[in-house]
Amino acid sequence: MNLKHKATLMDSVEMGRALTRIAHEIIEQNKGAENLALVGIHTRGVPIAEHLANLIETFEGVTPQVGKLDITLYRDDLTEIALQPVVKKTEVPFDVEGMRIVLIDDVLYTGRTARAALDALIDMGRPAVIQYAVLVDRGHRELPIRADYVGKNMPTSKHEVIKVQLESIDGEEGVELMEVAR
Amino acid sequence: MIKGSTPVTLADPAAEKAKDETQRKRKHLLDLADWTKEEVEALFNTADVMAQVMERTIKKVPALQGFTVGTLFFENSTRTKLSFERAARAQSADVMSFAAGASSLAKGESLKDTLRTIDAMQSDLYVVRHAVAGVPYQLTRWTDAAIVNAGDGRRAHPTQALLDAYTFSKNFADFDSFEGKKLAIVGDVMHSRVARSNIELWTKLGAEVTLCGPSTLLPRELEQFQNVTLTNSVYEAAEGAHTVMALRLQNERMGAGLLPSIAEYQARYQVTEEVMAYAHDNALIMHPGPMNRDVELSGTVADSGRSVIEKQVANGVPVRMAVLYTLLVGKK
Repeated sequence: MNLKHKATLMDSVEMGRALTRIAHEIIEQNKGAENLALVGIHTRGVPIAEHLANLIETFEGVTPQVGKLDITLYRDDLTEIALQPVVKKTEVPFDVEGMRIVLIDDVLYTGRTARAALDALIDMGRPAVIQYAVLVDRGHRELPIRADYVGKNMPTSKHEVIKVQLESIDGEEGVELMEVAR
Repeated sequence: MIKGSTPVTLADPAAEKAKDETQRKRKHLLDLADWTKEEVEALFNTADVMAQVMERTIKKVPALQGFTVGTLFFENSTRTKLSFERAARAQSADVMSFAAGASSLAKGESLKDTLRTIDAMQSDLYVVRHAVAGVPYQLTRWTDAAIVNAGDGRRAHPTQALLDAYTFSKNFADFDSFEGKKLAIVGDVMHSRVARSNIELWTKLGAEVTLCGPSTLLPRELEQFQNVTLTNSVYEAAEGAHTVMALRLQNERMGAGLLPSIAEYQARYQVTEEVMAYAHDNALIMHPGPMNRDVELSGTVADSGRSVIEKQVANGVPVRMAVLYTLLVGKK
């Protein structure tokens, strides 16, 4: 697939601002950071969760728990796909029972990842609340799912690709809009 | 701020996604001869994730929902069959279980007709055990389903070897690699498919294997493999070994005149504390089961802190889960 760069949706400064706002919103919505856990969905949800946890600690003086979730074994297309996804380790080093959990991902698109993540989390126990935070919501939902915290709403066409880059994974930061070259 | 006109070189997300996916090349698991070290390592990583599932309160994931796994055991087995069925069900696959004794094979049906009948009920994968070497391979020609060998004659028992190596890697103190490790296999090597699969796997991973037993039960031709040595001395076998694996001594070997007596075998080949004193300080004790306590392995050693026999059984499930996942997902 040949991709053409269309636009930069967020540079690293804007991304930082959006995450700062989300951190404040999470604190506000949950009335503090007690019993709060941020669970990042592999791969790019993980550093975003870590970043948000640091921000919340700075603002509140309370460190939320941080976890990593791999949803591969919960995907709804495993009987249909041609390529085998590599399963990664889930690391949720705390009891989810009774916790206020914020699931974190980079892009919200069809909603299927979020559905799988909800099932994966609930199989670990019974959290008090599960909320959902994403850096970019690009539309095209295929399931009745919405995010509680959104960095940027970005209506896209299905031919477009959203590319989120993070310092810890990609060496640079920003959200780019790309298009399949025709 | 919007630098749309500036040419930016970005990694193609599709190519990046491909890095997270492996083209599923392998359909069957018949033996480990053509498996690469990388494939085994990838399988062990998957087994780590499966082991996490087995540690949870809810020991089940929906990964293989919609898949059917058939177990075809033409030879008796309790633990291997149970282990595979647990591995399939823990991933929400359906299980069809076939035991030869109760079947039409006893009424004279041929192997091919039996498979065709069962195959008409639509399984995606069959786990096969048969007393004749090569049967799992033969079955691959009669069905479109994937075949996993759960033991064929004296030839191969690949999932046992995989769970043995996996157990070693998880339990040996400060384990970093199989490179330079020594596995000693003691007992009836000749009749052991477990030994053959372990030789295949451990040498591939970089370990050395020493085989030990009475000459009547120690096939000389195994010496031709690289990094495999043969000895009649259990002390020599244990010398510096990082793990000692005792094989079951089958009672029927007595009748065949391969051994003078159980007592003589015990005296010369039983893995005892005295034998283990020659091994590496952190050496582990393994046994593929079922064990004849105080015959091939002294009770004290079997129950000692070095023994990982129960862990082998426990690890059988995540390793087999990984095998099923690897062979089934990415099928279409």
